[in-house]
This record gives sequence, structure tokens and C-alpha cells, in this order.
Amino acid sequence: MSSIPASAFLALALILFCIGLYGALTKRNTVIVLISIELMLNAVNINLVTFSKYGINPSIDGQIFALFAMAVAAAEAAVGLAILMALYRNKKTVHIDEMNEMKN
Amino acid sequence: MTFSGEFFAFMALALVAIIGGVLLLNLNKVVHMVVALIFTFVSIAGVYILLSAEFVAAVQVLIYSGAITIIMLFGIMLTKPYDESEAKSGKWRKILVFLGVVGFAFAVYLGIYNFDIQQVPTTLHEDNTMQIGKGLYTKYIIPFEFVSVLLLAALIGAIVLAKREDKEADEE
Repeated sequence: MSSIPASAFLALALILFCIGLYGALTKRNTVIVLISIELMLNAVNINLVTFSKYGINPSIDGQIFALFAMAVAAAEAAVGLAILMALYRNKKTVHIDEMNEMKN
Repeated sequence: MTFSGEFFAFMALALVAIIGGVLLLNLNKVVHMVVALIFTFVSIAGVYILLSAEFVAAVQVLIYSGAITIIMLFGIMLTKPYDESEAKSGKWRKILVFLGVVGFAFAVYLGIYNFDIQQVPTTLHEDNTMQIGKGLYTKYIIPFEFVSVLLLAALIGAIVLAKREDKEADEE
């Protein structure tokens, strides 16, 4: 039995998710936007692992889901970095408000 | 609520995680932001150990504080991030986004602040890695194989995207 209530873990995940959301929406550097998205995915993983222990039917499935989410997040980071490299080679900028080729 | 050692460990880990996130938002240099986020990732691994998920904690340290941080640092060093030109969008956008995020946080917090569920004794901490292995190779075998296809596709896609085009290479 754990002495920490489940809502404490959920609140920690909520705070980290909000930090990541704010960073992803306001930062100008594309690398920081990508890493903010990673932070949001991490917050979701905390929720999955919390409910794998505190849910009505505790089981290992939540932890396996967290592992799948980590694999997808790693693939996303690699592809995102590659897109950033291609953009930087063509546009010489990493600022997200100057990447507007599809606008007009 | 009793003040056990587990509780203090959780408070310390949560504090370090949130401080890392706040530093990510407030530091000026990009490399410092990424290094601040390593603290967050490592303390999230500690939170996983509190939730009796030792294998996920080890994977968190390997993938996030190891691989993803290093790949982001490479991304920073191969580009030129210290170009301090002014942003076009003003302060109003930041304020609006901040208000929106705070509203979202409040709405979700209303849903979870008195979330209390009957705790059932679990066996997750006994042979954690063996349980995960059994789950992966029996119930989740098809998603597990699809993840390998996804990783192969991401590998090839990243190489194709980041490769220098031939005519560009000839000019240099």
C-alpha cells in the first residue's frame, strides 16, 4: 500500500503537461518546441504508469503502453530533427515564425 | 495523509521535475534549457520507481536523459541557435497562451483534485521486468512487431530527410 494518493501523481503530470504546452506554443527555437513536446509525452506516460498501479484492475498493461509511447516518441524526435536539418539547410533559420512556406 | 519516507521522496522528485520545467521556460541559452530538462527526465524516472515500474524507469533514463537529450544537443550544435533576432509576434500572444494554459490546467485540476480510488494490492513490483516481457510477447506481440516496423521507417525517413542532396553537394 502506498501512502501517496493517486491525485498527487496526476497533479504532477498535469503541471508538467502544462509547462510543455506553454513551451511548445510560445518558444521560437524549433529544437525547444520539439523538446517541449517530449515533455508533454512524458507527462502522459506518468499518467499511464499511475493508473497501472492505482486503477481498479491494477495490471502491467499501463507500463507496456508507456514503453510503446516512448518508442513512438523516440521515432518522432529523430524524424523531427531530420526535418529541422533539411529546413535549416534551405532557409538558414531555426525560428518557427519564419517557417511559413505554405502560407502564400 | 501520513508523512512517510515515500511521501518525502515524491515531494523532492516532483519539486526537481517542476523546477527543471520552469527553467526550460525561463533560461536564455538553448543548451542550458536542454540541460535543465535532463533534471526533469531523471526525476520522472524516480517517480516511476515510486510507482513500482523499475523497468520503465531504466528505459526513461536510457532513452530520454540519454538518447533524446543528446540528439537534441546535436540538433542545436548543427544549426545556429544564437541568432537573436526579434520575434514578430508580440507580448499579447504570450499572455493569451498563458491564460489559455492556466484555464486548461484549472479545468483538469477540478476533475482530479479529489480523485480517490480504492487501492488494490498489486504484484507489480515482483519480477517487474519478467511481467513486462511476458506481456510483450503474449498479449501485445502484434503491436510489438509493428513498433519494429515503425522504428525502421523512422530510421530510413530520417536518413533520407537529412541527407544532403546531390546537386547541392556538387556545388560545394
